[in-house]
Amino acid sequence: MAPNTVLRMEHIGKSYYGTQVLKDINIAVKPGEIHGIVGENGAGKSTLMNILFGMSVIHSTGGYEGSLYIDGTSASITSPQDAMALGIGMVHQEFMLLPNYTLTENIKLNREVLKPNPISRVFGDNLKSLDFATMNRDARSALDRLHINIEEYAQVAGLPVGYMQFTEIARELDKKNLKVLVFDEPTAVLAESEADHLLNAMKEIAASGIAILFITHRLGEIVEICDHITVLRDGTHVVTKPKTETDVFELAELMVGSQMEAADQSSRDTSQRAKLLEMRNLVVHMPGERVRGVDLDVYDGEILGLGGLAGQGKIGIANGLMGLFPTTGDALFNGTPIALNNPKASMAQGFAYVSEDRRGVGLLLDSSIELNIAFSAVQNQEQFIRRWGPFTQLDSGSIRNHALQYIKDLDIRCTGPTQLVRRLSGGNQQKVCIARALTMNPKVLLVSEPTRGIDVGAKRIVLDALRRLNQELGMTIIMTSSELGELRSICDRIAIVTDGRIAGILKPNDSDVNFGLLMSGQQASKGA
Amino acid sequence: MNSTLKDFIGSMGIARLIIFAFFVFLCAAAVFLRLDLAELLTSSLARIGMWGVLVLAMLPAIVSGTGPNFGVSLGILCGLVGGLTSLEIAYRLQESVVMGPGFLFSLAILIALPFAVLAGFGYGWLLNRVKGSEMMIATYVGFSVVSIMKLAWLFLPYSSPEMAWPIGRGVRVQISLANRGITRILNDFLSFRIGDVIVPTGLLLFFALCCFLMYLFLRSKSGAAMYAAGDNPRFAEAAGVNVNAQRIFGTILSTFLGAVGILVYAQSYGFMQLYEGPMFMPFVAVAAVLIGGASVKKATITHVVIGTALFLGIQVIAVPVANAFTADWSSMGEISRKIIQNGVILYALTQAGGD
Amino acid sequence: MSTKPTPSAAPVPRDFSARSKEFFVKHMVTIMFLVLSVLGFILSGMSPFLFLMDIVARVSRNAFLVLSLVIPVMAGMGLNFSIVLGAMAGQASLIFVTHWGVQGLPGILLCMALVTPLAMFLGFLTGNLFNKTKGQEMIAGLILGFFAQGIYELIFLQLVGGLIPMANTTLVMSSGIGIRTTVDLTNGLKYGLDWPGQFWGNDLLLRPTLPWTVLGIAAAVVVAFLLYRFVLKGKIPSISHLVGGAACLGIASWWSIIQIQTSSQINWIRVPLLTWFVIAALCGFILFFSRTKLGQDMRSVGQDRHVAAVAGIQVNRVRIIAIMMSMVMAAWGHIIFLQNMGAFSTYGSHEQIGLYSVAALLIGGATVAKATIGQALLGVFLFHTLFVVSPAAGRQVFGDAQIGEYFRVFVAYGVIGVTLAMHAWKLLIQNRAKQQL
Repeated sequence: MAPNTVLRMEHIGKSYYGTQVLKDINIAVKPGEIHGIVGENGAGKSTLMNILFGMSVIHSTGGYEGSLYIDGTSASITSPQDAMALGIGMVHQEFMLLPNYTLTENIKLNREVLKPNPISRVFGDNLKSLDFATMNRDARSALDRLHINIEEYAQVAGLPVGYMQFTEIARELDKKNLKVLVFDEPTAVLAESEADHLLNAMKEIAASGIAILFITHRLGEIVEICDHITVLRDGTHVVTKPKTETDVFELAELMVGSQMEAADQSSRDTSQRAKLLEMRNLVVHMPGERVRGVDLDVYDGEILGLGGLAGQGKIGIANGLMGLFPTTGDALFNGTPIALNNPKASMAQGFAYVSEDRRGVGLLLDSSIELNIAFSAVQNQEQFIRRWGPFTQLDSGSIRNHALQYIKDLDIRCTGPTQLVRRLSGGNQQKVCIARALTMNPKVLLVSEPTRGIDVGAKRIVLDALRRLNQELGMTIIMTSSELGELRSICDRIAIVTDGRIAGILKPNDSDVNFGLLMSGQQASKGA
Repeated sequence: MNSTLKDFIGSMGIARLIIFAFFVFLCAAAVFLRLDLAELLTSSLARIGMWGVLVLAMLPAIVSGTGPNFGVSLGILCGLVGGLTSLEIAYRLQESVVMGPGFLFSLAILIALPFAVLAGFGYGWLLNRVKGSEMMIATYVGFSVVSIMKLAWLFLPYSSPEMAWPIGRGVRVQISLANRGITRILNDFLSFRIGDVIVPTGLLLFFALCCFLMYLFLRSKSGAAMYAAGDNPRFAEAAGVNVNAQRIFGTILSTFLGAVGILVYAQSYGFMQLYEGPMFMPFVAVAAVLIGGASVKKATITHVVIGTALFLGIQVIAVPVANAFTADWSSMGEISRKIIQNGVILYALTQAGGD
Repeated sequence: MSTKPTPSAAPVPRDFSARSKEFFVKHMVTIMFLVLSVLGFILSGMSPFLFLMDIVARVSRNAFLVLSLVIPVMAGMGLNFSIVLGAMAGQASLIFVTHWGVQGLPGILLCMALVTPLAMFLGFLTGNLFNKTKGQEMIAGLILGFFAQGIYELIFLQLVGGLIPMANTTLVMSSGIGIRTTVDLTNGLKYGLDWPGQFWGNDLLLRPTLPWTVLGIAAAVVVAFLLYRFVLKGKIPSISHLVGGAACLGIASWWSIIQIQTSSQINWIRVPLLTWFVIAALCGFILFFSRTKLGQDMRSVGQDRHVAAVAGIQVNRVRIIAIMMSMVMAAWGHIIFLQNMGAFSTYGSHEQIGLYSVAALLIGGATVAKATIGQALLGVFLFHTLFVVSPAAGRQVFGDAQIGEYFRVFVAYGVIGVTLAMHAWKLLIQNRAKQQL
């Protein structure tokens, strides 16, 4: 290892409750260097940063393996305060700004410059006065380093997003001992010109001797400004290369890796079939998963995969189709328009949905399995109901029989149909969600993240069940997943969603490079 | 054994356990001090039936997700308007028609219904706009409405002699139901004695009937939708339930039950209390359902029944027990009610946790 | 974007009608009550003298209590309904000091010294409770007040004279158990702060008439301002400053001297000068405090607990301190209130303190999220104007003072309800907008 590294992470590993999420990561950064870190969701980027910042989520779950060196000396970081004291700064993805404060007050948040007064001499430092003159001067000089012309005494509320981002950076720059600055997806919220300005500012900051760790999924930006690039995949350190020795295509391939799990499915060519569902300029205002204009056709009887990185909007599409978030645009089902923003209408059309947020949206955790399975059908299709005029009663007998049937069909492990769903394992909860959707006898099944947080055996059962439904009943399935391997194992076609739009549609057996490029916002290369 | 005991304490909650222990202590003390148990039991039964429907009014509010209805005084006022109006009708028409007490009681409920539906609708609409702060807003809706009704009582044109002051403006503070024979009409229906204990059969039957209807409602399609809307609004929305409509419906139901509840209360007490009367009644009902084991987010009919029995039982027994200890402790009953009632609400608030 | 000037930061120029509309919307509550007060005053047919006398007394005795609500608002904890606990603590100290027979100003000072640790302790407990019920502080504070009422009654109605010995036939009920329902402070702590001169047999000491006070304050303000500019900032006063100062002084002296010359009834109104000084000192302290480190921390926590915590501020500790400060101020404020009243109902005086103080603050234009000293003082003035005139107006218009009384109580509840609802609605919309970002 070079002796003049400002930050060295050696053999870093971390496991949560016995699951290894990070192992043997080695990163060394010199002063003035920009070091890029790329990887898919779940590659371990955020865990690594949490370790660097001593976040409590790491230390409340048994700490980490390996060692950290700052300026060549071993460092123990057990709290964010430690990290700050050692000169590590972070520009957060979500803004840590107080809107009613001025830029100065935000830059100096909890690091205010104080001066004593008669009262503070008696009652202690907490009653020292704020020295606004000095604070404004400091803030000005930090903003000047970023070439921001805005007055330091302006209020943050109402500033464009770009300025908020720069205010955050100024706050870090104002810390006199700053040595390492981490940028976590800083360009995600910025317009293109703002992003350029940011990249230039990063170069200038690095030129002043501060090391930068740059986390992003935009490979173009990475190769533009980084000196070294580290690729993480599934918690392992794939490679670290100097920029000169690599390019966007190689990085894309390394990031995705070879994940072909199941070669048993030869994908069908479905493009000759009838169009079942057409989306035109679909826009979904789902916080964190915004869809910015999707045009996509779904063919009758196919399994369509929706892939892409987290936050890019893939999750939003199904939520928009089901009317769960404000949606505009057109969606045609068998050529007739669907009423958007109306879950009841979507279900009446024959859609059923298994949500990505199983515990939040998918289940009534404190209710029985049987009620969970029957609920949507009761509310929307009047199944399992006895009715006398305006009065209704749930038909507990048929609800019970129906639940027993699904417990058997989907192999839901439980003590019985009256067990509370909260007490089931993740996989079995997922099966309850699927059973609820199937009870509606849907024409199109939308499934989001069906295997998130469930163990390997259960994953298999869930995926097999989906394929069986497709093959035996001809049910059209739109499956959204962050796990590319899983999509490639059962889908006929896979649409990659990036920046809220369809970046491209690939076959499951397309090359890793193409998947990687589409996911990082580049054009796919010629066919593999 | 140890773990089941822990589970039991965990599910009861420490505050409820203390209250339950206090209740047991009071009962033991009553036996030990040779108080008139039959009389205590008689008045306990009457008090439980008297308050039961008002406590039950908490259920649809909690189930639909708006939290304990601190503003049930709105429903109470609807009930009072219904009661006053039915008396007024009886007075105005007494030349031509003679109305029986049972008819008047039913008429009062019937008149209260449209008021409760309208008021509940507006109140529910408001609660939908202040999600997350429902309890505080509900409290002040209650306070505000009670205080504006204090003005209204001065102006409303009720002229029946049992209501209007002989001179001056407005209706009386307490209105007797004895003239029309409505006093204890439920209490005395099929009432019987076991030894010295008088069982107010009609009163308890009426409470039981309300509980049973609520039970049927919760097992209906609409009831299931309301339950889902309160338990997990995002789930309900995704399953095609209109959560805001369910919350409004729950509020209307709660308001109507509040109206029925005060009429039941009034016939047992013999008077309708206006002006300040309804101001602090919601807190008693809220505390009762919480003592029964409900939280600000979850409640069942069992919680209502147990809570009513426990809280009102304590109120009945505490006073004679305290007096039997020492004559100086005359205010102990009222003080212990205040501490228990507000202590259990505070406890439930801390259990709900911050945001 | 670095090279260009930033037009977005400059205020957008708007025409007058848009600005005045915004002004009306922003200050709707205050303007409404201003109109209501003026209307009420006209309808009541009260003489200006009686009105002034009443309002001077009411503002003097209530201002401190209302000001005690400002700091928790700053810390984002909303309207602190738990000040009734501070009020109870204040009453407790008054009872004991009355029992020991300490009189006048020394007695009041003793009360304040005694109550401080007690109020701090209560504030500490309350702050912890509020940290467990974040987002529901106001309902928790309200219910806590009812709960504490039970404890207070337990102590003073059942334990004093029994477990807590107190041999005092004027304070304790004839049965020997419990404090009487009314405690009379006459010949004791009454006017202890308002009129310290009474114990030196000097009628004028710290209790000047209203015209003299107006004259004195006008002179003091003008001189202080000029001295501040001249001595501290080293600036020679400009002509406009001198003219402005002279005009103020002139108008004040003209009015005062006319009143004094004509020996009008206004001269009967006496001002509790020491109380005014204490209120001014509290205002000064709050202003000073908001520009200290702890004050800044409170404002940070008040805006966003999460961001403050990430910046390393100990959110829970700051919140507890805010409540402790408010509680001590409330206790002192209630002592000031009661020494002016001269007697209090042992089990009732504190009950409405939370309601009336909060309503006054809100009528001044404060909200759940923002409250200033100016709003507190304006609110006290407007609210108590309404309080004074509405029974009289009710009697004049409807021939029934009760209507006015009911009306003012409704106003207190109503303004709180409306303000809370508007705030909660705004919060909901803000959260939605935040999610859309």
